[in-house]
Amino acid sequence: MADPKHFSEDAMIHADSLYAAALRMTRNRSDAEDLLQETYLKAFRAYDRFEEGTYIKAWLYRILTNTYINSYRAKKRRPEETDVEDVGELYLYRQINALERSGLARSAEDVALDLFTDDQIKESLESLPENYRYAVLLADVEGFSYKEIAEITGVPVGTVMSRLSRGRAALQKSLAGYVQERALVKAEK
Amino acid sequence: MSEQKMPSMDPFDRGACEETIHELYHFLDGELTETRRKEIEYHLDHCEPCVHIVSFESELRRVIADRCREKVPQKLRDKIAQLINHELDASESGS
Repeated sequence: MADPKHFSEDAMIHADSLYAAALRMTRNRSDAEDLLQETYLKAFRAYDRFEEGTYIKAWLYRILTNTYINSYRAKKRRPEETDVEDVGELYLYRQINALERSGLARSAEDVALDLFTDDQIKESLESLPENYRYAVLLADVEGFSYKEIAEITGVPVGTVMSRLSRGRAALQKSLAGYVQERALVKAEK
Repeated sequence: MSEQKMPSMDPFDRGACEETIHELYHFLDGELTETRRKEIEYHLDHCEPCVHIVSFESELRRVIADRCREKVPQKLRDKIAQLINHELDASESGS
């Protein structure tokens, strides 16, 4: 049985990561702060049921997920789309290659680093419908496995894989929009 | 003429490139079986176009992860610590 006195030591190291997730999901700083506090409070109260030796980060994310669904999903501030267009594989890569051929971008690998601002990346992720956004966040920002994501979100692994596949494609399409902007600006010069 | 085309990681087989791209994310996610992962790595050892793609997708993912990092403001950390201490005190005083 986990000792409550160890809670801060064990759980607070994941605060930055949970906070980032809260920001991406609520898209609002004040809500994210409340969500983080509520999550830690709930986690503390449930800590005696935490199985020591298991992955605490996944356990904390499970609590964040449930807290988010119960408290924040209801008060969405923006209308929510529920599906994404299927744009196929390598959308961004293909687009950058096309620009490269017309002399408007350097090689694709160099480009990924320089092309996007922090805000553009965050906004692209935040533009995804919730379920896709959360799956991509858990996999690509936090590095959870499919199985862990399935446990955190309470859906089958197959659903996780489908959300990742479509979510990542949609994210690339969104990022591609920023590339287009820059290419157009450059072309005008 | 073969009846069933077995998946082949022959670097000169275009099917191998298609398969590699199709399984790209499972590969980067570390979710392929050991055997499959080795097959794809073998293909990548011999196929420059595919290496470019994998390298791009891998780099893009790294950039996304880096740019989405946040730091909890100190005030918020303090607030959370306060909440937890309050809970600890409450449970110790046996309320």
